[in-house]
Amino acid sequence: MTLTFGIIVFPGSNCDRDVAYVTADLLQQPTRLIWHQETSLDGVDVVVLPGGFSYGDYLRCGAIARFAPIMPAVLEHAAAGKWVLGICNGFQILTELGLLPGVLVRNRSLHFICDRVPVSVARTDLVWTQHYHLNQVLSLPIAHGEGCYYADGTTLATLERERQVVWRYGEPNPNGSAHGIAGICNSAGTILGMMPHPERAADALLGCTDGLALFQGLLQAAGTAKKRSAVACSGASGGDQG
Amino acid sequence: MIDVSPALEAQIKAEGLTLEEYRWVCDRLQRQPNRAELGMFGVMWSEHCCYKNSRPLLKQFPTQGERILVGPGENAGVVRITDRLAVCFKIESHNRPSAIEPYQGATTGVGGILRDIFTMGARPVALLNALRFGDPQDPWVRSRVRGIVAGIAGYGNCVGVPTIGGETYFDPAYQRNPLVNAMAIGILETQEIVTSAAAGIGNPIVYVGSTTGRDGIKGASFASAELSDRSEQSRPAVQVGDPFLGKCLIEACLESFHTGAVVAAQDMGAAGLTCSTAEMAAKGGVGVLLDLDRVPARETGMVPYEYLLSESQERMLFVITRGREAEVIPIFHRWGLHAVVVGEVIAEPVVRILWRGAVAAEVPARALAEDTPLYHRTLSEPPEYATTAWNWTESLPTEDGRSPQQIFLSLLASPNLASKAWIYRQYDQQVQNNTVLLPDQGDAAVIRLRPPTGIPSAATPWVGLAATLDCPARYVYLDPYRGAALAVAEAARNLSCVGAVPLAVTDNLNFGSPEHPVGYWQLHEACRGIAEACRQLNTPVTGGNVSLYNETIDSQGTSRPIHPTPVIGMIGLLEDVRLTCGQGWRQVGDLVYLVGSLTASLAASEYLYVCHGQTTGRPPALDWNLERTVQSVCRQGIAQGWVRAAHDCAEGGLALALAEAAIAGNHGATLSLPHGDSLAVRQMLFGEAPSRIVVAIAPEYRQVWEETLRQQQVPHYELGVVIPADQPFTLWVGETAVILLSLDELQQCYRGALAHALEAPLP
Repeated sequence: MTLTFGIIVFPGSNCDRDVAYVTADLLQQPTRLIWHQETSLDGVDVVVLPGGFSYGDYLRCGAIARFAPIMPAVLEHAAAGKWVLGICNGFQILTELGLLPGVLVRNRSLHFICDRVPVSVARTDLVWTQHYHLNQVLSLPIAHGEGCYYADGTTLATLERERQVVWRYGEPNPNGSAHGIAGICNSAGTILGMMPHPERAADALLGCTDGLALFQGLLQAAGTAKKRSAVACSGASGGDQG
Repeated sequence: MIDVSPALEAQIKAEGLTLEEYRWVCDRLQRQPNRAELGMFGVMWSEHCCYKNSRPLLKQFPTQGERILVGPGENAGVVRITDRLAVCFKIESHNRPSAIEPYQGATTGVGGILRDIFTMGARPVALLNALRFGDPQDPWVRSRVRGIVAGIAGYGNCVGVPTIGGETYFDPAYQRNPLVNAMAIGILETQEIVTSAAAGIGNPIVYVGSTTGRDGIKGASFASAELSDRSEQSRPAVQVGDPFLGKCLIEACLESFHTGAVVAAQDMGAAGLTCSTAEMAAKGGVGVLLDLDRVPARETGMVPYEYLLSESQERMLFVITRGREAEVIPIFHRWGLHAVVVGEVIAEPVVRILWRGAVAAEVPARALAEDTPLYHRTLSEPPEYATTAWNWTESLPTEDGRSPQQIFLSLLASPNLASKAWIYRQYDQQVQNNTVLLPDQGDAAVIRLRPPTGIPSAATPWVGLAATLDCPARYVYLDPYRGAALAVAEAARNLSCVGAVPLAVTDNLNFGSPEHPVGYWQLHEACRGIAEACRQLNTPVTGGNVSLYNETIDSQGTSRPIHPTPVIGMIGLLEDVRLTCGQGWRQVGDLVYLVGSLTASLAASEYLYVCHGQTTGRPPALDWNLERTVQSVCRQGIAQGWVRAAHDCAEGGLALALAEAAIAGNHGATLSLPHGDSLAVRQMLFGEAPSRIVVAIAPEYRQVWEETLRQQQVPHYELGVVIPADQPFTLWVGETAVILLSLDELQQCYRGALAHALEAPLP
């Protein structure tokens, strides 16, 4: 059972290869690097908007990326209920696109912060988090200058009520994010935006593997989903490993 | 004899040339230069570009070795790692620009060194930096720390190259003259190393990257002069960096090298178009014709002088095989960059500049790039400040009533020794997914070397690279020969502490004016020390950078030089990166040993500086056999899995090394030292000496470890045992616990000190 990852490469993206290292090298999944000027996502199961500084992050983080030629295809993919993962700059782009609410503003300290920080899992009934325990505290890398999540009171209340907060920072809150938010999803749970870098926490050699289960959860869900549809279509059962 | 009018004389001086040098220019041209040509000579004959003062001294460095594929002279050195893998690395300074305009100065320092790496066809995989600042309580200094650190972060983070290590020191010697040295490492992506020698008469010269503007004009000459209260006026000589364009340029260049159509490449750093054309022509023994009207300009109305001396960033010059332009140029357009044919390679060995249809400048390439002035200066006797320091004796630092624990805490909280997390947390250390040891985890930074796409990784899946930057500048000031040798030895020792075999060196010589006898003595002796140490440790020098005239002239006209600071960048090889070793204690019950001698000296120590406000004493001479043995036994212990933590004893002595190992690994320890009087205790705890490493040994290997030490006749001392984090860090001397502190207290002191020094409100 495989899952095709499509990683969008903007000029200035710099974590595109890191995600590909995890999906292609570590997890052996078909992975395509998709140039921002392409217009089609043919055959892609998961769209990843990687970290970096798309278009230099000039004007405002992610503000220019939303106008990239590939974006209509991404919106269509998202509207079809397919998976979209935005990491760091990708999260910023998702908020600029309006696929997720709120904005990411300058860190409270006004400094760029790179560190490994405690992040807790706020819900586990999502494909992204099904391999974690509720309230499990992970150690995940962060690296951003604009990672302080902000939204108005109504939006925050909605996010909490609809259980859209997926990840929360432990104490001390590293960047001043409202409600300690490190990552949120849409109400269907198919679109995930997060500031921590799970792709940097997937290789045992680098001393931190707490992010790997996110990708594995996705693979398992894909296995189940495809198996179910295969059963429905032909009645045959595959030899899925998940 | 050429008649020089006062107006011309002023112009010559403004270009940074002496009257004598002007006459040499006229000799080489067989006529007087025009304004543009004079400007070209001004930058190319600056110390920054032609090393006119340091070249005779640099000649003594060993530069050959079986792994050295490219030595000094190219954009960066290249070292063979495996049959299919080679790395490229170099260091460069951006001191003067960073003093005037800290953010942009530091940013373009990083951008410049990265260009040196990818010009060779290598993908940048790591950055390091060495910084020097004055008193952190000084508002001017604080603004430089903030701006410089943010500038380094601004470029490195955005281009997606991790900043994996470095070093930072504070000393009033750098009060108005901070140092910013940046080192970059890359992995060669193409089979052929891309060099800078132009070749193939008629081949087009292609300008790629960003536009040319009026920024950074004469930056190289500015970088070769002292700073004064009028230096602010040189702000236009500071370039402005654009990391986004830099990132696009990296990708576009590497992609274009894969076409095989690029004959030669040269980045435009110091002296911009002048330097790149002259060096490409001179190295290839050919000439270059350059039409300024075709150069993409940022603004209108620029004259040849401005085009030629602009140091606008993110620009490169290529020679491309004739007829293959269409393979290369569209790649740059796809990345939103300029790529324009601006000239061609010609047979006549000159740099010929066209502007508005006429020749605006024509200079023999060699006169600019190779046949440059050279100054042999006379060496004076050791200066008085040094001989006075050498007369200092161990018994002089008087007992001041402070207990060893009080001294220990003062040292732990001193900005030079405390954690640099305030700085490195602003750098992305992890992008590219290869960083094995993060800052503060090991004595050197360690990355995995992942082969570039297309080269199978199966043969060497676990090869790693360690890198470090070191310069104990106080030692170098007090004895440049010994101090510089100690810098090289410390760099190699730091690599050995993570289990890496030291391979090669890049050096950044930051000194005062060589025109002063003391300045020249420091430079001469330090170069001698580096050369000797690199021979002794078999680490050839593959290139580097020279930054002289690091002096501040105050309003009274008094010139104050920095401490001589030859920063040593060294890389080392880890055959199996999984076996690397950090500095922190990780396992309760591990045995702590000092490898090396227990005897150390307070001379030139951080203790004297912090507790007595003194920079004095003579740093120790190295025992090369001991140094090599200590390092090799440490590497052996790591490779065998006996050693589970290793940490060099550097500034602050044994006590601080032990504290850092406890903090990094989040474990306590009970340690004991032999009895001694008050002076002996301070020497044991805070005295400094080379060739010493603190290691933690897995208890099951005690016997084989001790046996190995005995066989190799390595002096050593068993200090104690690692204990859980909730038990206190205890250091016994004889029957007395001279240091008894909880791990929390150590961590708070160590981790909070720098932020406090830089951010606490001023009185």
